[in-house]
Amino acid sequence: MSAETQAGLTTPTTQVFEIYIKAPAASVWDAITDPQWNAKYGYRAPMTYGLRPGGEFRVNANAEMRSMGLPDVIIDGEVLECAPPHKLVQTYRWLFSPENKAEGFTKVTWEIVPTEAGFTRLTVTHELDGAPQMAAAVKSKFSTHGGGGWSWILSDIKTLLETGKTLSE
Amino acid sequence: MRARSHGLLLCGGRPATLPPALTCDQMVTYGFPMPDDDLVFKALADSTRRFLLDLLFVQDGQTLTELESALAMSRFGVMKHLRVLEGAGLVVTKKSGREKLHFLNPVPIRLLHDRWTRKYAEHHVSALVELKSQLEEKKCQPKRKRA
Repeated sequence: MSAETQAGLTTPTTQVFEIYIKAPAASVWDAITDPQWNAKYGYRAPMTYGLRPGGEFRVNANAEMRSMGLPDVIIDGEVLECAPPHKLVQTYRWLFSPENKAEGFTKVTWEIVPTEAGFTRLTVTHELDGAPQMAAAVKSKFSTHGGGGWSWILSDIKTLLETGKTLSE
Repeated sequence: MRARSHGLLLCGGRPATLPPALTCDQMVTYGFPMPDDDLVFKALADSTRRFLLDLLFVQDGQTLTELESALAMSRFGVMKHLRVLEGAGLVVTKKSGREKLHFLNPVPIRLLHDRWTRKYAEHHVSALVELKSQLEEKKCQPKRKRA
């Protein structure tokens, strides 16, 4: 629990994160949905998407995570809307711990808007009703240990697409 | 979004003859400018704008009316500050029914940290980590005999 939530401030139920990336929309789409790409940034666990409404979404633990005792599937959900390369709506539930699992499914919307100037705007809208633990974590600020929620993940996607490297390389 | 581009093409040549709905909406025609570090620093270099971000940090997704009530400033003044924050990518707006909600977008600050601030901060951190390990190593070593 962060200092802010302990201080009694409310954690908002919807959070919005936006980033501009010098890459075409199709590359941004692949970076999100293709496990060959999405295992390279953020927490480095491959995410697989069934890219159709009703398709399964799951994030498999990487070797390091399994050695820490995390389950094989650490995040799951369902694809609600799939319009490549512009919009992906999905549910999203953490399975790191029984407490996380009990918070249930939240909703994540990825929007990719190409601009005529040749860059792309990526917006993540995370609806977190009934999931205060996840809300506090995905909003978390950077720390010297890494982590830092969506801000950190989006920043890492940008670095990967623009430079071919990630923040930890 | 793209459907209006026909009218917007006319915009350059004969703006006076166009109905208001087809005038130069640059957001639609040309796309938006890519926010850069300068815009973020400029947006943050004002105490009112930092206060607006603090308000959104405490309670995200507020309307202009809600934000305005916390500031001794005209509605127009608050709008101007919000526009600067939006231009820097620090505030993102979303329509919810008839209301326009303002959300704090922490990503540009994260980028400043990753690309600019971190190289200085990490030097300090690593110096302290090194000092800690040196001190702790010494502690583990057998004590020297006192003279």
